[in-house]
Amino acid sequence: MTSKTEQALIQKAFQERMDEDELMNCMRCGFCLPSCPTYIESGRQEAQSPRGRIALMKAVVDGLIEPDEEVERALNLCLGCRACEPVCPSGVRYGHLLEEARDIIAQHKKMPLPVRLIRKLVFAGLFPHQERMRKATALLGWYQRSGLRTFVRKIGLLRLLPASFRQMERVLPDVPTAKEMKERPHRLGPDGTVKKRVAFFAGCLMDTMFMATNDATLRLLQLAGCEVIIPPSQGCCGALHGHGGEKAMAKELAKRNIAAFEQLDVDYIVTNAGGCGAFLLEYGHLLKNDPQWCERAAAFAAKIKDISEVLVELGFDQRPLRVAPQTVTYQDSCHLRNVMKTVSAPRRLLRAIEGIEFREMKDADRCCGSAGIYNLVEPEMSMQILDYKMEMAKQTNATTIVTANPGCLLQMKLGIERVGWTGKVRAVHIVDLLLEAVEGAQAAKEEERIRKTS
Amino acid sequence: MRVETRRQARPLFRSARRQTISERVRRLIPNEAKKRLIEVVGAENYDDTKAGRLVYSYDATPQFQSLPDAVIAPRNTQEVAEIAKICNEYRIPIVPRGSGTNLCAGTCPVEGGVVLLFKHMNRILEIDEENLTATVQPGVVTLDLMKAVEEKGLFYPPDPSSMKISTIGGNINENSGGLRGLKYGVTRDYVLGLEVVLANGDVIRTGGKLAKDVAGYDLTRLFVGSEGTLGIITEATLKLIPMPETKQTMLALYQDLEAAARSVSKIIANKIIPATLEFLDQPTLEVVEDYARIGLPTDVKAVLLIEQDGPKEVVERDMKKMADICRSEQAVSVQLARSEEEAEALRTARRSALSALARLKPTTILEDATVPRSEIAKMVKAINEIAAKYQVKICTFGHAGDGNLHPTCPTDARDRDEMERVEKAFEEIFSKAIELGGTITGEHGVGAMKAPYLEWKLGPAGIAAMKAIKQALDPNNIMNPGKVFAKSTRKRVVVTR
Repeated sequence: MTSKTEQALIQKAFQERMDEDELMNCMRCGFCLPSCPTYIESGRQEAQSPRGRIALMKAVVDGLIEPDEEVERALNLCLGCRACEPVCPSGVRYGHLLEEARDIIAQHKKMPLPVRLIRKLVFAGLFPHQERMRKATALLGWYQRSGLRTFVRKIGLLRLLPASFRQMERVLPDVPTAKEMKERPHRLGPDGTVKKRVAFFAGCLMDTMFMATNDATLRLLQLAGCEVIIPPSQGCCGALHGHGGEKAMAKELAKRNIAAFEQLDVDYIVTNAGGCGAFLLEYGHLLKNDPQWCERAAAFAAKIKDISEVLVELGFDQRPLRVAPQTVTYQDSCHLRNVMKTVSAPRRLLRAIEGIEFREMKDADRCCGSAGIYNLVEPEMSMQILDYKMEMAKQTNATTIVTANPGCLLQMKLGIERVGWTGKVRAVHIVDLLLEAVEGAQAAKEEERIRKTS
Repeated sequence: MRVETRRQARPLFRSARRQTISERVRRLIPNEAKKRLIEVVGAENYDDTKAGRLVYSYDATPQFQSLPDAVIAPRNTQEVAEIAKICNEYRIPIVPRGSGTNLCAGTCPVEGGVVLLFKHMNRILEIDEENLTATVQPGVVTLDLMKAVEEKGLFYPPDPSSMKISTIGGNINENSGGLRGLKYGVTRDYVLGLEVVLANGDVIRTGGKLAKDVAGYDLTRLFVGSEGTLGIITEATLKLIPMPETKQTMLALYQDLEAAARSVSKIIANKIIPATLEFLDQPTLEVVEDYARIGLPTDVKAVLLIEQDGPKEVVERDMKKMADICRSEQAVSVQLARSEEEAEALRTARRSALSALARLKPTTILEDATVPRSEIAKMVKAINEIAAKYQVKICTFGHAGDGNLHPTCPTDARDRDEMERVEKAFEEIFSKAIELGGTITGEHGVGAMKAPYLEWKLGPAGIAAMKAIKQALDPNNIMNPGKVFAKSTRKRVVVTR
């Protein structure tokens, strides 16, 4: 419960901090409604639509209503997928409004002690510290490899957890060892001549739990002719913090990353996670009121580019790529699509792979329900959205579902597990599939050579 | 007594004061009525939380906001009838609402009461290929219906700009138009029959799957466009037509606004009825291009978007003829869309005109003054003169072929001085439209927004006749009160020129 005094404080902060021009820009035309997953899945409830949520925020600012439980509920249930932004004719930056509103509520609301402790542990204690991320991942690795996992699963200990956590445990990838995570490269030369000099944003989860995908990304960049710099002082992008009502911490993380990259003389800063990339891209907005940092943030943001865009620019889709025959579909990462505007590059790369029959699924641009930690905090809505996604995936008969963001990837794996396709359908990050295709083409060439010489 | 405690309907343009929604002195829904309403629809379909009501306090009309007392989502006609009976007994206003995309404050609950949602009544009940009809519930989204009938090679032409989210129930109540109005007519022309719940809870059926039917008054036509003030539409039988075989799209560019308007008149005078004949002026072009980025020219004064559909030979012949006419009227360029994608991009650009204009300023006032199509050039000229006179920016686009223009003013509701000038400018535009034999609204409806101007068009006797109908069907004035009829008429601006 939010007490009356807290509500008054929140309301005051809304009036002081919410961008009134942005709120006024929404002219309530309703064009965003069909793009909103929660509006559709909630059975067309206006309070679960972007237009409704903006009206609620504005009403709090205008003093028409108090920021009560229902208002908070409406804001919490938003995925933050920002599918409403590209379709908004007035160009309302809904994501910024949501971020600010959530920050105000989180900073003024007295949360129960366990929630506060968990938030502190995750937001302040874990994600900003890469060595702790590694330790946590190593612990997970020990759980996976020591036989404990088998034991825990056997005795049904996981049944004590909510269903969504239980399923999540099953789909976590096999993580690298502590030693592997420690020995990360800082610079890699290209195969052949240098076409571009790029920096790689490694990410916190991507460089631990999904390290293999990061390695694949680096390999692809080398193959494409990039000299790659990986500054060791970089860290978590802060998206989780920014979206979760911890903007102050997000700003500190942003500054650390800007400082880590700004001295490098590179063409692009490459990312392989839509969620991180989009947040990095908006560092300029995040630090807009900080005179010391706003320009530096904007300069940093201007260099952010998704791996698929870089590869297409360097003609990667022209080189031999080959996998075993399979039907493939692609699930957009919301922030990659709606914020970074990367839509066609991944599709173009997939279509270039020999052996792949690419089939677009209906509503590929609709959120899968992962949305950061949404699937953990709002499991019911998340699973409802995921089930729809799986239904659409099924219609394509795809045996490979490709994504471009770790959260989406886990969610797809979760979906596959939920509908019992494990073993028949796989979910992969696009860079892993591309590397597989590079190797596939090389193997085919080798085979051809041997066949010819014998 | 209750009437006094309700707030007055808002005037067309409210001043820049911050909007305030005061709680009415007495709640409109007594506990007993609430209990009975919940018995009808179930607790999960009755919402009277503050946030729940706030999100149904508005529609797409700027400057209008008013809280309902509750939001109810009935599941079938029987429940709607029960709700009507209860509301009639307790004199609780009923505001039926589709997706709330109308531009006349037609679904803004200006006198409180209950907002009726049709989210459960959203099924296409039947597509009858023998009689060429579709029977639908009011909550069906317009585009969903179009797609469903197109799969069977059929065509439902009315295409308002909001069709991706607007509902058929809303379209019928507002008698929505669209880009295809010139050749195919508007929603009215496709409604064959209705099921309507009256204010007293009676359920009536009008019309049917019939091409001819003169049994009694044409109540179907009466309810179409009645803006929820006469009854609640719970089912509709719609006319479908065969899908036209081909379609072509072209763009004609002009350096002279009036030359474009002359082309429109001349095309019609040459006995060609194009499927679409849309007009955009330069300020509109600039913002649309900025938004849609499809390569629209922004260095010309006006553009006509012209489409023809039908058998291939007819389409080609008409397109050629129209291209010749445009050229003879000093079009600087006439281009045919080379592919369906290109044509669709042009149509989409036109559809997003209103919304793209909204990027210029926080507040966007969109009007739909309409004149006989022969008067288009005069009207466009007058709009420009009026805008200059009051020093306001007015962009004009619209359905030139049917004389339905959308003079649109990007402004800022916080600027009180400018808002006053905007108001005066639009009053003069309405007045001019009527002077030219036109009307104050072509397709948006009267709602609460245009109510103060309705008498300009109808005269006192016309208003009295309509009020008599309203009184007969809804004696307690519970059906969407505060709409169509104003408490007082605006003083008519005398145009001196």
